[in-house]
Amino acid sequence: MGLSNVLKLHFDIPANDFVSAGEASSSVKKTLSQLGIAPQVIKKSAIAMYEAEINAVIHANGGTADIEIDQDKVIIKIQDEGPGIPDLDLAMQEGFSTAPDTVRQMGFGAGMGLPNMKRYADELKINTEVGRGTTVIIRVNFA
Amino acid sequence: MKVREIIEILDAELLSGSENLDLEIYSACGADLMSDVMAYVKENVLLLTGLVNPQVVRTAEMMDIKVIAFVRGKNPVQNILDLAKDKGITVIATKHPMFIACGKLYSAGITGRGVWD
Ligand SMILES: Nc1ncnc2c1ncn2[C@@H]1O[C@H](COP(=O)(O)OP(=O)(O)O)[C@@H](O)[C@H]1O
Ligand SMILES: [Mg+2]
Repeated sequence: MGLSNVLKLHFDIPANDFVSAGEASSSVKKTLSQLGIAPQVIKKSAIAMYEAEINAVIHANGGTADIEIDQDKVIIKIQDEGPGIPDLDLAMQEGFSTAPDTVRQMGFGAGMGLPNMKRYADELKINTEVGRGTTVIIRVNFA
Repeated sequence: MKVREIIEILDAELLSGSENLDLEIYSACGADLMSDVMAYVKENVLLLTGLVNPQVVRTAEMMDIKVIAFVRGKNPVQNILDLAKDKGITVIATKHPMFIACGKLYSAGITGRGVWD
């Protein structure tokens, strides 16, 4: 990539589709490795994005993912028009989850998704409004 | 320990991914909660799980985990195996329950911690 180049990717995240959930994250992971980004950095980006993608599927009827990659970072924006998060501080706590049993049976709903995003992102921004939706922005630096 | 030895110790069946049979495994992690796997697990582990769905393979993919062992005789359906194959992930299945499967591997020398301290 040249100095001023930004690579942009867009994905739709289908609602209630537990089989294809993760495809967007998988694509981004592949792109980052093709670009020669360090494996540890790719892993951080992939995990954080995957948790956000899963949340859009299980909590918000799907959404979209917009990715911007430049020479020193990747910015991952996951946007949905779901119910929003009434108490974000509470939602950020490890173990807090409103996921139904059907989601738990799939191995999610442990209330570790948002904490994992925070753990692996260099910067995590969440804008959420009840009744409107949620936007999660994850930045991971390459160096 | 090589993956092929793990298959023997677990009396397991290889369901996909023969390309990793000679991969060396030093530690393992038994878990049914995929978010926990993503929070705590180190790389290059063997993932033992009683949960059978495509998101187990997705989680392994994100984590660079190369081998999944399904325990308690659970048999993954074809789309799970196809996904694993596509991602270069080996899938094995054992009839042993989680505790016994982990115990057998530990006794055989896989004693490395699979999680961050
Ligand atoms: N995109 C979203 N839309 C609505 N609610 C969300 C969204 N993401 C997270 N939440 C809320 O925050 C809680 C915690 O999220 P998370 O830490 O990922 O745990 P989990 O997904 O396992 O429940 C969820 O249970 C849900 O109530
Ligand atoms: Mg979650």
